[in-house]
Amino acid sequence: MQMQTLKFVKKEVPAWTTGTIATPAGAVYRVSSEWTSADYRGMIKSRIGAFRMNYAVTPGLYAVGDPTKDSDVFVTANYKLTFDFLRRELKGMNAWILVLDTKSINVWCAAGKGTFGTDELIKRIAEAKLETVVGHRRIILPQLGAVGVNASTVQKNTGFRVSFGPVQARDIPAYVQAGHKKTEEMSTIRFSMLDRMVLTPMEINPAMKKFPWVAGGILVVFGLQPQGLLFQPAWSQGLPFLVLTLLAVLAGAFVTPVLLPFVPFRSFALKGWIVGVLSVFAATRYVELSTVRDTILLTVSYLLFPALSSYIALQFTGSTTFTGMSGVKKELKIGIPLYLGAASKSLILMIVFKLKEWRIV
Amino acid sequence: MKYLANVTTLQYSLDKCTGCGRCVEVCPQRVFEMRDKRAAITDRDRCMECGACALNCEFGAITVNAGVGCAAAIINSMVTGGPPSCDCSNTSAGCCG
Repeated sequence: MQMQTLKFVKKEVPAWTTGTIATPAGAVYRVSSEWTSADYRGMIKSRIGAFRMNYAVTPGLYAVGDPTKDSDVFVTANYKLTFDFLRRELKGMNAWILVLDTKSINVWCAAGKGTFGTDELIKRIAEAKLETVVGHRRIILPQLGAVGVNASTVQKNTGFRVSFGPVQARDIPAYVQAGHKKTEEMSTIRFSMLDRMVLTPMEINPAMKKFPWVAGGILVVFGLQPQGLLFQPAWSQGLPFLVLTLLAVLAGAFVTPVLLPFVPFRSFALKGWIVGVLSVFAATRYVELSTVRDTILLTVSYLLFPALSSYIALQFTGSTTFTGMSGVKKELKIGIPLYLGAASKSLILMIVFKLKEWRIV
Repeated sequence: MKYLANVTTLQYSLDKCTGCGRCVEVCPQRVFEMRDKRAAITDRDRCMECGACALNCEFGAITVNAGVGCAAAIINSMVTGGPPSCDCSNTSAGCCG
């Protein structure tokens, strides 16, 4: 904890600033539009793990270039990665950036939570004394901020008229050049294969955290013999199941998200199940997981692993740009009983398998 | 890409619309377009219930049961009883990055 405090103090003047400029409301940091290697490292780390939870910029007003009283004001979140994308896109422009305190969360999620919200925006405009810094009364918000910001309330309270700009920061230069007009493309959220790909580590990581426990469970089940816990059957019979578990995670957390539009059906649960079945089929037929020849084990494989893939694929609804609450609720209402059914049937079959193996039945 | 059909709670009443165009401006899924100086719904199934349109319609022409379309959030709310939210700051769920 103490180390963190020290680090913070040392970094009081952020590396991405290039001095300050004077405004009627006081000195304001000027930010660079260039990314340093530290910024790139930060992006990669925040894509992979919990690092992003503290990846923040101090809220308040910043300057890009040499802004004047007539320059545009862009509002953003204090998640450093969001801020970095914005300052990079404003390269060569003279503008103001007003950073809201979103607890280092991106615009969309923060708007959903209400931290990128009407009250916070009103408060920040007042604190920055924005009405003294600029002569006009226009502010530009990222479009996805509209989930949390009521534009008419902001205008009533501050006098500033909110324009919701493009969804993506990369469209800002074109938006400004067009006289603050959005094309249909700029206001539509996209979800390309690359977009989906960069999200998959955060799908795979949480699933893999549970893997050691599952693996341990599988080895114990297969290793358990009348004589005690034996290594040989645990390994020889357990290994195919370990491989199938890994494949199920891969099917649900990587293959389904990346190939999303190409997997049939709109339901994420069905998509994940289909990819799951295909991976069990491929693994047991072609890769010769030869020990899964037993009918009971093969049945369990088809019951359990596609259900696991399906469940994991359903988690990806949290990362998409087009799934709604009513739809996910419907999927869960149908899916959860099926998952529990598959799990309990698998459990019964495994007990039967063990009893047969021990020649009790 | 579209999600499940016929599930959205989006409701729009044309008679309250003044044609200000905010809904078209804020919807990231192009659910609304301007037709004859009023907003019109293009395709309800594209709606992801984010709630931006309803929040920003000054004239109460739009309602939607807004929320997060996230399985982890909804399962969490089933367990805890609260509304589904993106509050995954203390878990490792994938949504908030």
